[in-house]
Amino acid sequence: MKTLLTNLKKRHDITASKLQRNNELFVTVPNNQAVSLVTYLRDHEGFSHLVILSAVDWLEEEVFQLTYLLNNPELKQDIGVRTLVDRNEPVMESIHHLWEHSATYQRELFEMFGISFPTSPRMEEPFILEGWDGPPPYRRDFDTLKYAEETYFPRPGRTTNDVAAYMKEKLYPEDDND
Amino acid sequence: MNFDPMKIPWSLLGLVIVFTIGMFIRGIVPKITARAGMRIGIRFYQPWIDLIKHFSIQTSITHGVMFYLGPVFRLTGGVSMILFMPLIYGSWYFSNFAFAGDMVLFLYMMFFGTLGMALGAGESGHPYSAIGVSRGLAQVTVAEIPLVLALLSVAAQHNTLSITEIVAAQQGGISHWTMVTNPVATMAGMLALLGSMMNSPFNVVLAPQEIPVGPPTEYHGTFLGIMNTNRSIFPVAKVVFFMNIFFGGATNWGILILKSFIIYMWPVFVGLVFPRFRVDQSIRWFLKVPMLLGILAVALI
Amino acid sequence: MTEKKYPHHKVTGPDGAEFVVTPMEDYYCQERPQVQKSSNAVIEKFYNWARANSLWIVGFGTGCGAIEMRPLRTPRFDAYRYGVNWRATPRQSNLFIISGYLSVKTLKRVIRVYEQMQSPKYVLGLGSCTINGGMYWDSYNTIKRLDHYIPVDAYIPGCMPRPEALLDGFEELKKIIIAGEANGANLYAENFDWYKANQKKIIKNWDMPDYSW
Repeated sequence: MKTLLTNLKKRHDITASKLQRNNELFVTVPNNQAVSLVTYLRDHEGFSHLVILSAVDWLEEEVFQLTYLLNNPELKQDIGVRTLVDRNEPVMESIHHLWEHSATYQRELFEMFGISFPTSPRMEEPFILEGWDGPPPYRRDFDTLKYAEETYFPRPGRTTNDVAAYMKEKLYPEDDND
Repeated sequence: MNFDPMKIPWSLLGLVIVFTIGMFIRGIVPKITARAGMRIGIRFYQPWIDLIKHFSIQTSITHGVMFYLGPVFRLTGGVSMILFMPLIYGSWYFSNFAFAGDMVLFLYMMFFGTLGMALGAGESGHPYSAIGVSRGLAQVTVAEIPLVLALLSVAAQHNTLSITEIVAAQQGGISHWTMVTNPVATMAGMLALLGSMMNSPFNVVLAPQEIPVGPPTEYHGTFLGIMNTNRSIFPVAKVVFFMNIFFGGATNWGILILKSFIIYMWPVFVGLVFPRFRVDQSIRWFLKVPMLLGILAVALI
Repeated sequence: MTEKKYPHHKVTGPDGAEFVVTPMEDYYCQERPQVQKSSNAVIEKFYNWARANSLWIVGFGTGCGAIEMRPLRTPRFDAYRYGVNWRATPRQSNLFIISGYLSVKTLKRVIRVYEQMQSPKYVLGLGSCTINGGMYWDSYNTIKRLDHYIPVDAYIPGCMPRPEALLDGFEELKKIIIAGEANGANLYAENFDWYKANQKKIIKNWDMPDYSW
C-alpha cells in the first residue's frame, strides 16, 4: 500500500493520506482530481469494485466530504478517496460511466444532501423520500426533531429518562453516594 | 337412464354427507401435516370456522360477470360429480343419477371447475391469477393423460363405461378389485391422482411462496367461501370416483369413509415426503412414468 | 419534486375507434366507503365469533417487526392452532399487522392495502413505533401515531415485542372482536375526511385514488 501511495503522489496532488490498516488507505485529493484518480485506480491498479459512495456534512467548514471507497478483490485491499465539495454550491462530477450502480448512490446523495451530479441518470427522481418538499434531510442544519414534531402528530405525554439515572433509581434506590 | 324425482332429496343428502366428510378431512389433514412438522396443528373444526368467516365478510369487489361465475363453475364441477356418482353400491338411495356412460362425464367434470376458474380468475385481471391458472391448466391437463389411459384400460377390461357396472364387476372380495385384476392401470391412475389433489409435489399452482395465492388472488368473502365449499366436495368426489374404479366401491357409508380417507391420505403422505416440483418438471414427470404405465395398461388388456 | 400524474392516453379499440383513457377516472372507483350495519344482533355475534377465531393476516411486513411474525409459523409457537394464518393477498385477509416503524413511503402502500381489505377488518399496531414513534421519535420520515392515519384496534407495546407478546395480542384482539368493539372499518368510513386530511398532510405526492376499492 505504501508503494501505491508514493506512486499516487507522483500523479495527483494528494493533500492528506492515512494508512488505516495494512490493507486500507485513505487519501484526500482536490475536487477536480477525484474522478481522474478514481479512474486511474480502477483501470491501472485493479480497484475494480466501488463499495460505496458516501458523504459527510462538515457544517462548520462549509464543505461536504465525499468518500469513494474502492476495493481490489485480488489483493484484498481497500482505498478511500476523499474529496471536498463546496457546501454553498454542491456540484460534483458524476462517475456513473465508471460504475453503473454509482448512479443510485448519486441519486441518494442528491436527495439526502442536495449534492448535484450533472449528467447522472435519473438523479432527480425520488429515491426514498417520495414527494419530499423540505430541505435535504441529512444536512446538519436541518432540524429533524422540529420537523417531525410539526409534521407527524406527536403523541402528548412522552417523556425521556436519562438511562443511567433511571437505572440507578430503579435498581439501587438506597445507594446514594456514587 | 330413467329419472326418478324421489331421488333428488336422497342425492342432496348424499351431497351433504360428502361435504361433511370433506370438511373433516380438511381439518384432519393439516393436523397430520402439522404433526409431521412437529407442530400442534389446527383445531379439527377450523375449516368450519373459516368457512363461516368467509361468508361473514363483505363482498364488494367485482370484475365482471365471469368473475362471479368462476367460483360457481367450480362448485358446479364438484357438486355435479357427486350427483352423478354412485356413492353406495347396491343402494337405491345413494346411487344418485348414475347412468350408462357416466365415466366420460367425470372426465369432463374434473376439468370443468378448472376451466371455470380460468375464465373467472382471468377476468379478475390480476397477473398472479393468470400465472396460477395457466400453471394449473397445464398441470391438470397433463395429469389427465395417464388417468384417461388408465380409465380406458379399465373400461376395456370390464367392457363398459358405466361406473355402477365396473363396481358390480369388482364385488366379492379383494381378489376381484381392479387393483388386483389390473394393477398397471391402478398405478397409473393413482399417480395421476397426485397431480390433481394440490398436494406437495404438484401444488405450485397455489404455492404461496412463489405466486401469492395463485388463481384466487382477487377472490374474497362469499366467492372464497364458495370456492372453499368446493374444496371440501371436489377432492372427496375424486377420491370416491377412484375408489369406485379401482378399489371395489363401497357397500355402506362406513366402508366409503374408510376407503376414501385412505385414498385421500396417499397424496398427503407423498406430499409430506417430496418437495414441490416446478410446473415444467411436473409436466415432464407425468409424461414419463405415469404415461408409460398408462400405455402399458392399455396395451396389456 | 413534481407531482407525478397519470397521463391521459389514447387507446384504439378492436373496431378501430379511438377513445381517450383517463386512468384516475376510468380504472378506479371514485365512491366513498360506507358504514356497514348488521341487521341481526344474534347473527352478528355468531359471525364475530367466527371472525375472531379465523384471523387471516395480510402478508405485508411494513417494518423491522415483521421478523417477529415469522417464528409464529414455526413449531415453537405455531400460531395456526389459534386460527391465525397468513395470506398473501389483502382481499382474503381481515387482519393487518403494522409491524414497527412506518415511513411515509410505506404508509402510502399501507393505506392502499388497508383499503383493499374487505370489512370487517382489524389493525394491530406492533411495537412502540406505531404508538408514539418509539426510537424514531425525532425522525424526519417516520410517522408517530398510527391511529391518525388508519383506525387501530389494539397495540402491542415493546421494541420489539417477542412472539409471545404477539400471541397475547391476538388473544386480546379476539376478546375485542367477540365483544363487538372492533369496528375499525366503520370508524374509517365515518371519519373518512379526517383520516384523508391526515394522510394527505403527510403524503405530499398523492397520486392514487382517494379510496382504493
